[in-house]
Amino acid sequence: MDLRLDVTERDGWAVLAVGGEIDVATAPRLREQLITLVNDGHHRIVVDLGSVDFLDSTGLGVLVGALKRVRTHDGDLALVCDEPRILKVFEITGLTKVFAMYGSVDQAVAAD
Amino acid sequence: MDEVVELELPARPDVLALARLVVGAVVAGEPLFDEERIDDLRLAVSEACTNAIEAQQGRNGDDGDQRPILVRCRLASGRVEVEVRDHGGGFDQAGLSLHPPVTDPSRLHYERGLGIPLIRMLSDSVEFRRTADGTAVIMIFEPRPLPDPKPIT
Repeated sequence: MDLRLDVTERDGWAVLAVGGEIDVATAPRLREQLITLVNDGHHRIVVDLGSVDFLDSTGLGVLVGALKRVRTHDGDLALVCDEPRILKVFEITGLTKVFAMYGSVDQAVAAD
Repeated sequence: MDEVVELELPARPDVLALARLVVGAVVAGEPLFDEERIDDLRLAVSEACTNAIEAQQGRNGDDGDQRPILVRCRLASGRVEVEVRDHGGGFDQAGLSLHPPVTDPSRLHYERGLGIPLIRMLSDSVEFRRTADGTAVIMIFEPRPLPDPKPIT
């Protein structure tokens, strides 16, 4: 299934770049990756959705779960998304009010 | 003239991408459905198929119901009607509104339950019909009204 995950580190943030389609078939891999990051001590995470072509409610649920997880460690989760079709999913579910959202990874890691 | 495309899909998550591709392709030729509206349709149908597949998934280690789910896409009078049918035994609609609103901090305890609200928001109308052995979700999509023409200067 088409999902690409790539982790790098920047300025104390773990940056998870996601590409492809996030649905109920691929979301478990995203969830596992995020849990691994938190368990490895990364409590400040940027999820870069810039190369995501499709995101459904399962994907939103995984991101909500990750936000909850980092918060129990006093951490932070920021999302990078500038694609209107993906932003729309956050907007219509009201989740833009729940997540810190940025237009680029640069902006996300600079915000404090 | 009506155009009907019917898909029978194995009740497995890996068929979702195919369902999205097919419904997108069916509507792609319609001049009144722009890319954004087709994205709405693909997402809503994907959510309905996810629910259908999950309704048939096995519990407690059994294999679940192996019968295919049905996706029926009908183009008529400039609008699209999509029906998704499962054999999952139906679900309790009354339980749907129990989640706190999305801005409530306690909403973070719920990672699920966003699919049906999304379907409601993306479609122009949706009906959840109880069938003999499951659920039929019937969604109607109208094209978005065209923007007002720019005045000729």
